[in-house]
Amino acid sequence: MNIFVCVKQVPDTETKVQPNGDGTFIETNSIKWIMNPYDEFAVEQALLVKAANAGSTVTVVRVGGVKDTEALRTAMAMGADEAILVEAEDNLDSYSIAKALKGAIDKSGKSADLILCGKQAIDDDCLQVPQILATMMELPSVSVIVGFEQDGDKVTVKREIEGGALEIYELNKPCILATNKGINTPRYASLPGIMKAKRKPMQQLSLGDVGVTADDRRVVYSDFQLPPEKPAGKKFDAMDEADQQKVVEEVVGLLRTEAKVI
Amino acid sequence: MANVLVFSETHKGNIKPVTLEILGKLEGQTVDVAVIGDLDDAQVKVLAEHGAAKVHKLKGDNLDKYSPEGYSNALHGFISSQSYDYVMTGATSLAKDMFPRLATKFDAGMASDCVNFLFEGDEFAGTRPLFAGKCLAKVNLQGPKPHFITVRPNALGLPESTTAASGEVNEANVEAGEIRAAIKEIIASASEKVDLTEANIIISGGRAMKNSENFSILDEMAEVIGATVGASRAAVDSGYASPDMQVGQTGKTVSPSLYIACGISGAIQHLAGMRTSKVIVAINTDPDAPIFTKADYGIVGDLFKIVPIMKEEFKKILS
Amino acid sequence: MNFALTAEQIEMYNMAKKFSEKEMIPYASEFDQNSTFPINQIKKAWELGFVNTCIPVEYGGNGLSLVDAVTVGEALSYGCMGMHTSIMCNDLALTPIVVGGSEEQKERFLRPFTESPLLASFCLTEPGNGSDAAGIQTTIKDKGDHWVLSGEKMWITNAGHADWFVVYCSIDPKLKHKGISAVVVSKDFEGIEIGKKEHKLGQNCSDTRSIRFNNVKVPKENMLGGPGEGWKIAMKTLDHSRPLVSSIALGGSQRALDLSVEYAKERKQFSVPLSKHQAIQFMIAEMKMKVEASRLLIQKAAWLADQGEQNTTIASTAKAFAADSCMQITTDAVQIYGGYGYSKEYPVEKLMRDAKLIQIYEGTSQIQRLVIAREVLGK
Repeated sequence: MNIFVCVKQVPDTETKVQPNGDGTFIETNSIKWIMNPYDEFAVEQALLVKAANAGSTVTVVRVGGVKDTEALRTAMAMGADEAILVEAEDNLDSYSIAKALKGAIDKSGKSADLILCGKQAIDDDCLQVPQILATMMELPSVSVIVGFEQDGDKVTVKREIEGGALEIYELNKPCILATNKGINTPRYASLPGIMKAKRKPMQQLSLGDVGVTADDRRVVYSDFQLPPEKPAGKKFDAMDEADQQKVVEEVVGLLRTEAKVI
Repeated sequence: MANVLVFSETHKGNIKPVTLEILGKLEGQTVDVAVIGDLDDAQVKVLAEHGAAKVHKLKGDNLDKYSPEGYSNALHGFISSQSYDYVMTGATSLAKDMFPRLATKFDAGMASDCVNFLFEGDEFAGTRPLFAGKCLAKVNLQGPKPHFITVRPNALGLPESTTAASGEVNEANVEAGEIRAAIKEIIASASEKVDLTEANIIISGGRAMKNSENFSILDEMAEVIGATVGASRAAVDSGYASPDMQVGQTGKTVSPSLYIACGISGAIQHLAGMRTSKVIVAINTDPDAPIFTKADYGIVGDLFKIVPIMKEEFKKILS
Repeated sequence: MNFALTAEQIEMYNMAKKFSEKEMIPYASEFDQNSTFPINQIKKAWELGFVNTCIPVEYGGNGLSLVDAVTVGEALSYGCMGMHTSIMCNDLALTPIVVGGSEEQKERFLRPFTESPLLASFCLTEPGNGSDAAGIQTTIKDKGDHWVLSGEKMWITNAGHADWFVVYCSIDPKLKHKGISAVVVSKDFEGIEIGKKEHKLGQNCSDTRSIRFNNVKVPKENMLGGPGEGWKIAMKTLDHSRPLVSSIALGGSQRALDLSVEYAKERKQFSVPLSKHQAIQFMIAEMKMKVEASRLLIQKAAWLADQGEQNTTIASTAKAFAADSCMQITTDAVQIYGGYGYSKEYPVEKLMRDAKLIQIYEGTSQIQRLVIAREVLGK
């Protein structure tokens, strides 16, 4: 089986995000990059599928900056066989990324039996790439999966929807699946894995090589800014029984209309 | 004026409330609504009151339940026959899955999960959070039209006033096409409580709960608003609550959208575990309790009086 | 000159740090309070290649350099100094085999450690001899076709869980260091008596006991080098183990610094965060200076060993500096936390208790100074 895993490199969750000088993106200079956490589930699932299907290979593909290749090296240290890096700026939009991923997979010369992605990247939080890629590649796909079973060419997956309810889908390979937390427990890369990863092949391509141009950009961001500071809270006195009903009504009302959390 | 189609997911025959939020914000544009399947007259009337010029009921085989391919094929067919500049919907599980597929069928771009938007002339300009809300950015779309947009539920709020439109009903036949990934079964969510670390709403009790039995009043309110119950270290150490309920530095670190602290004074170690909560409500008899410095809404009062009233109020607005 | 870690070393550090944050920190306080041996952490660490970093590739090891090993050591100790003392214990016990064993012995003793998560203990200190290591009273007698080992060892890390012991003993205590020899002893040999678990100030999860060897028969082929070769082997071992032990101090120091910075920004006194008070700023700056200097010393000591160069003085410098710094930094962390710092509810008092041991084991800070002075002043 030819298994592809699409990974993205994102700032560590602990990172303090600051808009850059002209507000077109965030300041990326001092950022510690990690593999997108949802992609770790995809890599793990690929390795589990590989273990269950002798002779399979796992190829990780990433579109993004080349200064740091943490995500691909981690995936290979976990056990992926090879990597493809499509060099691009870090704030490419979902459409361009999906098109580049398709181009890289096509160019690999291998026909994909299974393509796994994380359900979303925790940088732009768009939740688009797996579905765009599936549509471009005309493959069946299910997103936000928390369960996976394989029986020959048939796969059965559980998709998580609102309130924890699950939709069970059946589909045939080749297909594209987007993983959510809960599907598996990603392994740690081991020290021997890290040493071996050094010698695994990493192919480097440009956006031009995979047929992506500036005209493919669909989404333009500007005016990056920090969210407004939290204003001082409101305090209500309800020690007196007579005030209690009124105060609670007001607070519950504010939770709905002002805070919008109910 | 832009031509906008709002797709509304329906739940038990009702349109999703986010549809009305979007319609309210679209005042001044030409707006139609599309649903898959049927919609009763009362619902159509509500849409008309909120400015829907037309309500399209899209009907066809194999559309009784969601499938990524069936829904996106059906909407693609319908939208291709019209001339919309924008197609919008609420960012529900279904829409998050389907809209990127639909947009790509038009080679079009999509802005996900906008928390606000306006039209600059005929051009859409949205605002959306990135990096888990650590940043906000303006989002514009370019390339082939229509452009696609999902809007985060509860972000815009319901409109205070509305301008009615005709709400003319149109039934259209649509094709689901080939469905290769189909739902075989739906498993309803188990009634099991969401874990504290993943809970969207948390109600925590402190030492002022006095005993473990009293936690039942928090459980009852939690039932009403779908919350998970937590506890402060003081409550856990006093044996009122089990250790897995502890929120704080040595317990669990949580960041729900709503945190209701009942009878918790707000020791640093507790604050460290819940300070990233989006909205904090504190109920405490001590007006100088440190928890009030972190609270968005503080109620100085006896939790045993306040919580039952609050439960009833939540019931009212959620019914 | 190049101070940069390689991409692989950075990745090793990140991975080990992730392991320490997910698998060690959440259990550190509980294991400390209940003196729980971190057997699951050791097994998981073994699977990931964190244990036995000293074993060469030829015998199934991962071929880590000492710089690699101290990089990983810092990240793991960040999670818990006590747990890492137990994780690192094998390196201490197996290095004598790596530096002093024959090919046959290396194959026979080292390879099994790469095939399953076995544990080994390093047995040097005795009830009557700590710093005066050459004064060993445990004896080994030649009985023709075997040796007989007799004596008592003290403060032996992992003793209650070890499968193998590397024991320093003397063919004749009067010969002092010239009589010292090293033998490899299985826990299954007749006559081994393991003492009860010691109650300690810190590093409570790590298992520490005494061991008695009551006329234990040891096969001839289990002696490393020959009779009287033990001192040389021990000294070479220390050149490798001191940077490793120093990295435990460094991990603890970095953790104490990070926790102090976090708390100083959070906690308000006199209406401003602690971090706005110059008294606290100076303490934090002092911590940072010591952390950075410790790291450079440790890396240099490890790097010299990797180059095959004599590193004794710099290894002792690193050990004394990193251990003493760790004690100061963790004590200051408790000070910054104030009353909360003194409470077991917060993680810093444990760091302070754990730190003390590093000034004592693997050569006290005073012994390190002796080594340095001897080198600087001449013998």
